[in-house]
Amino acid sequence: MTAANPDLDPRLRPLYVAMLRLRLIEEAIAERYAGQDMRCPVHLSVGQEAAAVGACAPLRPDDRILSTHRCHGHYLAKGGDLTAMLGEIHGRASGCCGGRGGSMHLFDDDAGVMASVPIVGSSIPLAVGAALAFKQAGDDRVAVAFLGDGSLEEGVAHESLNLAAVQGLPVIFFVENNLYSVYTPLAQRQPDRPLTAIGAAHGLPTAQVDGNAVLAVADAMETAVDRARRGKGPTMIVADTYRWREHCGPNYDNDLGYRTEAEFLSWRDRCPVETTAQTLHAAGQLDDDAILRLTIREEIDAAFTAALAAPLPDPATAGAHVHA
Amino acid sequence: MPEAAAATDTRILTAAEAILEATDQALAADPTVFVMGEGAADPKGIFGTTAGLVDRWGPDRVMEMPLSENAFTGVAIGAALMGRRPIVIHQRVEFCLLALEQLFGTAAKAHYVSNGRHKVPLTVRLVVGRGWGQGPQHGQSLENLFAAVPGLKVALPADPVDAKGMLLAAVADDNPVVIIEHRWVHYVSGPVPAGPVATDLTGPKTLRRGDDVTVVAASYMAAEALRAAAARANAGVSVDLIDLRLARPLNLEPILESVQRTGRLLTVDLGHKTLGLGAEIVAGVTERAFGALRAAPVRLGTPDHPVPSSRSLAEAFYARADHIATAAGTLAGLPAERVAAVAEALIAERREVPFDVPHPAFKGPF
Repeated sequence: MTAANPDLDPRLRPLYVAMLRLRLIEEAIAERYAGQDMRCPVHLSVGQEAAAVGACAPLRPDDRILSTHRCHGHYLAKGGDLTAMLGEIHGRASGCCGGRGGSMHLFDDDAGVMASVPIVGSSIPLAVGAALAFKQAGDDRVAVAFLGDGSLEEGVAHESLNLAAVQGLPVIFFVENNLYSVYTPLAQRQPDRPLTAIGAAHGLPTAQVDGNAVLAVADAMETAVDRARRGKGPTMIVADTYRWREHCGPNYDNDLGYRTEAEFLSWRDRCPVETTAQTLHAAGQLDDDAILRLTIREEIDAAFTAALAAPLPDPATAGAHVHA
Repeated sequence: MPEAAAATDTRILTAAEAILEATDQALAADPTVFVMGEGAADPKGIFGTTAGLVDRWGPDRVMEMPLSENAFTGVAIGAALMGRRPIVIHQRVEFCLLALEQLFGTAAKAHYVSNGRHKVPLTVRLVVGRGWGQGPQHGQSLENLFAAVPGLKVALPADPVDAKGMLLAAVADDNPVVIIEHRWVHYVSGPVPAGPVATDLTGPKTLRRGDDVTVVAASYMAAEALRAAAARANAGVSVDLIDLRLARPLNLEPILESVQRTGRLLTVDLGHKTLGLGAEIVAGVTERAFGALRAAPVRLGTPDHPVPSSRSLAEAFYARADHIATAAGTLAGLPAERVAAVAEALIAERREVPFDVPHPAFKGPF
């Protein structure tokens, strides 16, 4: 047994646990997807755990995040309820949307997951709007828009960056650059320039971080959150990371040929969960990894059991809640 | 304006003045209300409907916007989701087309997809251009497009009372409400209560009782229909004139009740006749009151081409009082010469007024 290293950043272990939990939940979904009871599209975030967990680390429950079609990781990292998430993916009445949204519409008001919107770019101005509401209310909450590299091709992203900058709003644009829009690589979609240049062009402070290094992400985010809370306006952070599995669905799809196996393996070598585990092991702070995994698996099993036990929503209620 | 004006004190205002008054009162009544739009805080103040408000309430409550219709509509929705009550203004309906994804996607569906937890108390004012050569991309009303989406409410005020009252009702409503605001309705004047009196967002109102023909019109077409109905009455046809007011929710009950009496239905669309509100109304009445119909329903509306700019090309584009009177008279079975006489009288009545302006005093802004 290695001696515990007291110099290791005390944030690392809880961040690791959060990442591991995300990983095991997404893999459990992938494993069970073939059972055909999760009858909605799923966009898994395996490989991108450090971005979600690091970005949410400095946030308070009353801060708000906005997510996208690939929202599981953000939802869980912000503290969204696992049972409500799995209930939703299973189309159950117990789901966070009561079965009305599915995997791409996760929200949890208590945890500050304001909404997930499955139209690329669409949730970005909503985060700016939440930030405007915070500024109008005169409190120090912040809003975070999670977006991908692809959404920077959407006009509304540029409009939102501009508007947030000119109004000085407490919002952070957190870009997860996973290099692909479905099967199309970044180089086919955007010119060769840093994504942070887009934020800079709109007058925002920017930071680029290794999106697989959870502490680096958390540090960049802390700086941005602190700036926003002090009324100093928005920040754009670009976190470079990689989606391991297919765009939509439970499988690996490197066989399609849109990216190379070598590229995938190079990113897998930099697995955010495994590299963090190695650091913790080396510091003697992860001797209980097997127990941790067991505990998380028990939580996941219980959540799946609860989701499957919950009833489907009453068909007669399909027309309810059109208007408030 | 007096802060505590009695609800019953009425003055004669134009609809534009009534909108300004409603906005001011909404800002005064609730600190979560704010206005955003391109031109909301500029010297012309959206055709006068926001004039002076920035001086009174400041730039944080009356927000000038960059040319980012999509983003600022989404920003308003995000703020509304957090409990604010934004009033978004697009100076032309067409500007809002850049923001439809926000409106149709999130605003219309947030309450539903959250299983009733989220609310979007958003008001979106969309101004319809007409006349003075507005042309193909400044003259569409498109109420049928907005009304096609469940989750939205779509209001079409036709007079100053509703211009004020529906705006106040929209701001108080917990749903996204789109107000289709016709530029020529801005000039319509009438008695308006001085206090912050909301009108309902539930359905049509009867402007004139009659037994021979049911005419359903909305927004500026209700004003044209009112002139037609008055002229028709002189020729012995009594028109039951219904101001539709709401395109969604579409409340057909008063129309069905009217058709049960008259047996004849004429609809007058503000926008295109094809796939217009009239098509939905005629279909609904035919499904539910087929036996009451004594003649095939008739629809008026703009033809299947864009509105051209030149006044000569645009003259026949819009349904006018004389067209409505002709259709109503024909539907009622009047002899052709009596139908024509009323139409000619209506044309003569505004012979001095060019067809591309609402009245002789019209000098812009457009």
